[in-house]
Amino acid sequence: MPKKVENVGCPYCGVCCDDLVVTVSDDGKKILEVENACAIGNQIFHHATGGERIRLPRLRQPDGSYKDISYDEAVDYAAKVLHNAKKPLIYGFGSTNCEGMAAAAKVAEKAGAVLDNCASICHGSSFLAIFDNGYPSCTLGETKNRADVIVYWGANPAHAHPRHMSRYSIFPRGFFTGKGHKSRKIIVIDPRHTDTAQVADIYLQVKQGYDYDLFNAFRTAARGHEIPKEVAGIKREQILEVVEIMKKARFGTIFYGMGLCHSDGRNHNVDIAISLTRDLNDFTKWTIMAMRGHYNITGPGAVWSWQYGYPYCLDLTKKDIAYMNPGETSSVDLAMRDEVDAFFNVGTDAGAHFPIEAVKHLKKHPWITVDPNICMASEISDLHIPVGIVGVEVPGIVYRMDNVPIQYRKVIDPPEGVISDEELFERIHKRLCELEAEEAAKGQVKAVPEGIRAESEP
Amino acid sequence: MKTVTLTLTNPSELLLEGQNITPDNFAGKKAAEIAALDVWEGKQKSPLGKYFTVEGDGGATAAETKIVLRGDCTRVKRIGQQMTAGEIVIDGNADMYIGGWMKGGKIHVKGNVDSFCGIGMEGGELIVDGNAGSHLGSSPRGEWRGMKGGLIRVAGDVGNDTATFINGGTIVIGGDADIHVSTHGEGGIVVVKGNAKGRVGGQMVKGDIYVYGTIENPLPGFSMVGEVEQEVDGETARFAHYIGDLGERHPTSKGKTVYANIYTRI
Repeated sequence: MPKKVENVGCPYCGVCCDDLVVTVSDDGKKILEVENACAIGNQIFHHATGGERIRLPRLRQPDGSYKDISYDEAVDYAAKVLHNAKKPLIYGFGSTNCEGMAAAAKVAEKAGAVLDNCASICHGSSFLAIFDNGYPSCTLGETKNRADVIVYWGANPAHAHPRHMSRYSIFPRGFFTGKGHKSRKIIVIDPRHTDTAQVADIYLQVKQGYDYDLFNAFRTAARGHEIPKEVAGIKREQILEVVEIMKKARFGTIFYGMGLCHSDGRNHNVDIAISLTRDLNDFTKWTIMAMRGHYNITGPGAVWSWQYGYPYCLDLTKKDIAYMNPGETSSVDLAMRDEVDAFFNVGTDAGAHFPIEAVKHLKKHPWITVDPNICMASEISDLHIPVGIVGVEVPGIVYRMDNVPIQYRKVIDPPEGVISDEELFERIHKRLCELEAEEAAKGQVKAVPEGIRAESEP
Repeated sequence: MKTVTLTLTNPSELLLEGQNITPDNFAGKKAAEIAALDVWEGKQKSPLGKYFTVEGDGGATAAETKIVLRGDCTRVKRIGQQMTAGEIVIDGNADMYIGGWMKGGKIHVKGNVDSFCGIGMEGGELIVDGNAGSHLGSSPRGEWRGMKGGLIRVAGDVGNDTATFINGGTIVIGGDADIHVSTHGEGGIVVVKGNAKGRVGGQMVKGDIYVYGTIENPLPGFSMVGEVEQEVDGETARFAHYIGDLGERHPTSKGKTVYANIYTRI
């Protein structure tokens, strides 16, 4: 009889829905049904058992094809690449568990690598703003139970975080918000009239790239000073109206997304949003939260901050000191400036997400992808190592977008022989230690990695 | 003053980190000892002599030591970082962090520099004949006490985020400035002799900004209060005077609120 597994966490977005019910076939090998998940979360579960999976690491051959190799050979190749590179870059971790991230950090430290996560091309600018200006945030539970004014600024949860509005912000009935949607005011600020904007009470169509100016106007108006007739395409009256609503709220939350992080000024847009939140706390209670993308992209920030004091863009090349300066030690900058000579893509798809120029620079050197699936990065790699899917086949801790840790469980076993990220990195770490010991014993010239690199230059 | 000439003869594959190239580290050392100082290429630590030929000995103290860099140093970072005295002349371009956390002495770059030059500067002079990248004279990440003193002079254009969290000192830019000048500033003077693109003085508490050209997108938080005649960088001119950022907190001094000032030339 098929087995129902309840309270399953969803390995898709930063909302980390933990109310999924997954039905697994009697032999525990196939996922039959997924309840409560959004369309994308649903697909992630079905994808695990729906088609053919990669079951063995694949090494690029001189003719450009892939050849299956054993995990031991893959671990040896990866360790040698890391050992021989002057400045390897280990990037990704959007979609794996904290245990895997901690193990990868051990490898990075041993190899003297730069360790970076997807925040580097996503909410990294939020980190910079938080370093500069603090983070007056809350948990999603507080928003659900208390908030009567919600602002979505440069974020489109209707598409990117499909259950965010129904679980936490607009629709749920909470302890002090018993009337649900009826008692809440929704303000959406976005250059595009998105699907999220359709549920808004007030929609402000800010001129693209002028968010900072609009925040500045909000802050100036909140302090009672005169503002120009129109700022960033928004009329003065509308700005004053929204400021009044914000001041009179019982509890408000500003959710912001890539619209702030990836338009001109980046961290400064977030920085001034934080300043506005702080200003509003002179009148009532306001909080701000980054709409983190992947289900555990908050994880590497939490894990590595605890390990090294920095959440991302960690330069561990000096081994005894961790250094961070996005703009210099961030993945895309390192790639564009030809500053790294080996690339590890873990649980993400740098092939699809990085600028093509950055990919071209990285492709001059060995490129290793660690991912359960076939993606653009896996198809241009020199070595592709498959691992189990976290949240489906591998359990572990993940951090929700509000920095709340959640224990994810597995619903089925990974395909036979496929290991977890954590085990893979522990094995690479062990092999790195062996290589170091060998070198120390012999004092010899560094070994050349076995296997042959792809000839194809991009 | 004794001169040490470094010539880059064997460029690195990756970028070179030359935080040891300062008069402070060269003082009291013979040429051979200087050649043995560490530089980093990724995780590889090597002697300076692997990449540069070293001619001349250092002076007795940092103040008596002059360093001349020849060859293409476009991919050498951190020259003159944390220097306290003496002089560095870079004949061409240089990479990031030139004069970062500098406390004294003088650096003259005859070409362009990349980002983060003069960050966290406390004193001394950084002269760039070409252009500078982003974060010129800015504060290091997360540091809310930025540039405290010294002079930065860039003849050409600069990137974005100039003088973030500036607390003191002077930055003179001959050309144009990209977005964000003196964001979060709490003092200091920034002079932009060309045009500024926008977000000039955002979240600024105190300090002065002079823009000779135009500000493409002035912030709504600044308000014009009058016209003044002022002497800037050795010349006197009339300026329109704006105060702000009215959206930001401001201290009071002798019963009066202290604002940041933007002056645009009339």
